[in-house]
Amino acid sequence: MATENLVEISGVGYSYDKRRTILSDINMKIPRGKVVAIMGISGSGKTTLLRLIAGWFKPTQGDIHVDGVLTRELDRDGLYKMRRRMGMLFQFGALFTDLSIYDNVAFQMREHTDLPESMIRDVVMLKLHAVGLRGAHNLMPSELSGGMSRRVALARAIALDPMLMMYDEPFTGLDPISLGVIRNLVRRLNDTLGSTSIVVTHDVQEALDIVDYVYYLSEGVMVAHGTPEEMRASKDPLVHQFVWGEADGPVAYQYPSRKFNEELELV
Amino acid sequence: MERSTIDLWVGMFMVVGLGALTILALKVGNMGSLGSSETYQLSAEFTNIGGLKPRAAVKSSGVVVGRVAGITFDNEKFVARVTMNIDSRYKFPLDSSASILTAGLLGEQYVGFEGGAEEKPLAPGSALKLTQSAVVLEKLISQFMYNKAADGSGSK
Amino acid sequence: MFNRGAIINVRAIGHRTIDSVMRFGYASRFFALTLLNSGASFRRPHLIVRELYYTGVQSMIIILVSGLFVGMVLGFQGYQTLNTYGSESALGVLVALSLVRELGPVVSGLLFASRAGSAMTAEIGLMKTTEQLSAMEMMAVDPIARVVAPRFWAGLISMPLLAAIFSAMGVYGGYLIGVVLIGVDDGSFWSQMQSAVDFREDIVNGVIKSVVFGIAVTWIALFEGYDSPPTAEGVSGATTRTVVTSSLAILGLDFILTAFMFRGV
Repeated sequence: MATENLVEISGVGYSYDKRRTILSDINMKIPRGKVVAIMGISGSGKTTLLRLIAGWFKPTQGDIHVDGVLTRELDRDGLYKMRRRMGMLFQFGALFTDLSIYDNVAFQMREHTDLPESMIRDVVMLKLHAVGLRGAHNLMPSELSGGMSRRVALARAIALDPMLMMYDEPFTGLDPISLGVIRNLVRRLNDTLGSTSIVVTHDVQEALDIVDYVYYLSEGVMVAHGTPEEMRASKDPLVHQFVWGEADGPVAYQYPSRKFNEELELV
Repeated sequence: MERSTIDLWVGMFMVVGLGALTILALKVGNMGSLGSSETYQLSAEFTNIGGLKPRAAVKSSGVVVGRVAGITFDNEKFVARVTMNIDSRYKFPLDSSASILTAGLLGEQYVGFEGGAEEKPLAPGSALKLTQSAVVLEKLISQFMYNKAADGSGSK
Repeated sequence: MFNRGAIINVRAIGHRTIDSVMRFGYASRFFALTLLNSGASFRRPHLIVRELYYTGVQSMIIILVSGLFVGMVLGFQGYQTLNTYGSESALGVLVALSLVRELGPVVSGLLFASRAGSAMTAEIGLMKTTEQLSAMEMMAVDPIARVVAPRFWAGLISMPLLAAIFSAMGVYGGYLIGVVLIGVDDGSFWSQMQSAVDFREDIVNGVIKSVVFGIAVTWIALFEGYDSPPTAEGVSGATTRTVVTSSLAILGLDFILTAFMFRGV
C-alpha cells in the first residue's frame, strides 16, 4: 500500500478545550523522500502538529494518514508499532543522561530487538560514524557540547532506519559550525537512508537552503506554502516579514497595550 | 558506573539487609528457641487472672516452657479459662499445679507450673486441676489493714 | 449577606477540593499502570538492580549511622527512666520493642523519603523537563514500564531491608550504651529482650509496616516526579511535596497500622 505521500493531513484541527484552539483546518501532503519544513513563529502550533503526526495527541477534527494508515484509529500497540518506524530529534537532544553515548544509541535496539551484542555494536558504531562521533562512544551526555549531543541524538533517532524523521527545532541554540553540521546531516541522512523528513523550525535561512517544500503556519492556520524560492519571493506580508526577519509588520512589535501617551498619563 | 560494580554493591546491600532481618529474628525475636517448634495445648481455670495477658510466658522452675494462647471467660462457672501452648519437649505430671505469679513486685504476670508426683503426664488438650489465682495487690493490702485494725482493737 | 470576597473564597475552596480529588484519582491510575507495566522489569532484573543501587545502597550509610545513634539515645534515656524504678534489666526490651515496632520502620521511612524519594522525584522530573520521557515515548518505549516500574520495585524491596538494618543497628547501639558503657547485665539485657519480643507480633508487623511505607513513599515520589510541571520551579516544588507528603503519609499510615496490629495486646 505504497501511497505517493508518506504523510497526508486533511482538515486537521486541534484544541485543548473549547476556548483554546491550537490548530485549525490544516492540509498538508508530505511526499516520500522529501525534506519538508514547517515554519512559523513561536507559539504558532508547529510542535503540536508534529506531535499529532506522531500520534501523541489525537486531532479534534480531520484525518492524518501516515503510510496509508489512519492514525486516529490506531490503538496503543498500533501507535507504538508505527513509532518504531519514526525517529524524532528533540529540541535539546533529550539524551538519556544516565546512559553513555553508546547505550543511548543502542537503546532502541535493546528495547525492541533481541539482536546479539556484537551486532548492536556494529550498528551503533555505524550510526555514530555517520554523525562523526564514533570516537566519543564512551562519554556520558554531560561531557558533550550542545552541538555534539544533538548529533548523538540524531544518531539515536536513526538507529532503526526510520521511514519518517521528524526534527523539532533542530537548529536552536547552536554555534554556526554545529549548525552547519546539523543542517547538512539532515539533508544527507534523508537522502542516504531513503527516508522522509519533516523539519519544524523558525531558523528560516538555514532551513530554506536544504528543504524541498515549506509550509508556513501562523496562529494555528496554514497561511502559505511553496518551494523555498517561492517563499523567498512571496508577497504575502506575513511570510515576507518572517522570511526576512523584519521587526514590525503584520506581527506587531509591540505587545498589545494602551496608547503610549495614555500609559505615561500625559493626556 | 560499570554494571558489575553496581551488582557488587547491590549484592552487599541485600546481604546486609537480609542479615539484619535474620539477626532481628534470631537474636532479638528469639525465634530460634521457641515459636517455630511443636507445641501442645493445656488449659487451666482461675478465679482471678489479675493482669495476665495473651502471649505472657508460661514458666516452670523459671524456664520458659510455653506461652499463653488465649484467655476466655466461662459464663457458667464464672471463672477465667486460660489456654496455653506448651513446647512439646516438656511433659508435666497429671497433678501439676498452675499459678499466676508476678515477676518482681510490679513486673509482668506469668503462669507458673509446678510439677506433681503422678507418673502419667498431662495429655494434650487436658486441663490442670490445681490452680492458684493471681494475688491482687488491693486485696492483699485491705486484708493486711483489716488484720492490723483487728489486732489493734484486740490489744486495747 | 455574602459579599463578593466570601463567594470568591468559597469558590476557590471548591475548586481546590475538586482539583485534589482529581489528582488523587490520577495518582491511583498511575499506581495501577505501574503495577500493570511491571512485567518488563521482571523480565530484565538488571533494571531493578540498577535502581536498588540508587535507592538502597546509597541510603545505607545514613540508615546505619542514624540507627546507631537512635539506639544509643534510647539506651541512655531508657536507662535513666528504668533506673528510677529499679528495672534496668528491662532496657533490652525497651530498646528492642521501640525500634522494631515503631522507630525502625518510621524513622527509616522518613529518611528514605528524604534521601531516596526526593532523588527519585527530582530525577524523573528532570527527565520530563529535558524531554527524555517524551523521547522514550517517541521511541515506542513506555516510560512507566522502563523508568517508573523498576524504581517502584526497587523502593519496595529496599525499604524493609533498610528498616531492618536500622533496627539491628539501633539494638546494637542500645547494647553499646546499656551494657558496655553503663554496665547493665549482659545476660538479662538479651534474655529479657528475647522473652518479650515476639517474632510474629513484633518483628513481622514491623516488616509489614516498612513494606507499606516503602510502597507509599515510592508511589508518592514517582507520581510527583511524573506529574511535575516541566520547569525548574516545577521540579523543585515537586521534590518538596514528595518529602512533605510522604512524611505525613508515613505518620498517618503508622497510626492506622499500629491501631490494627497492636490493639489486642
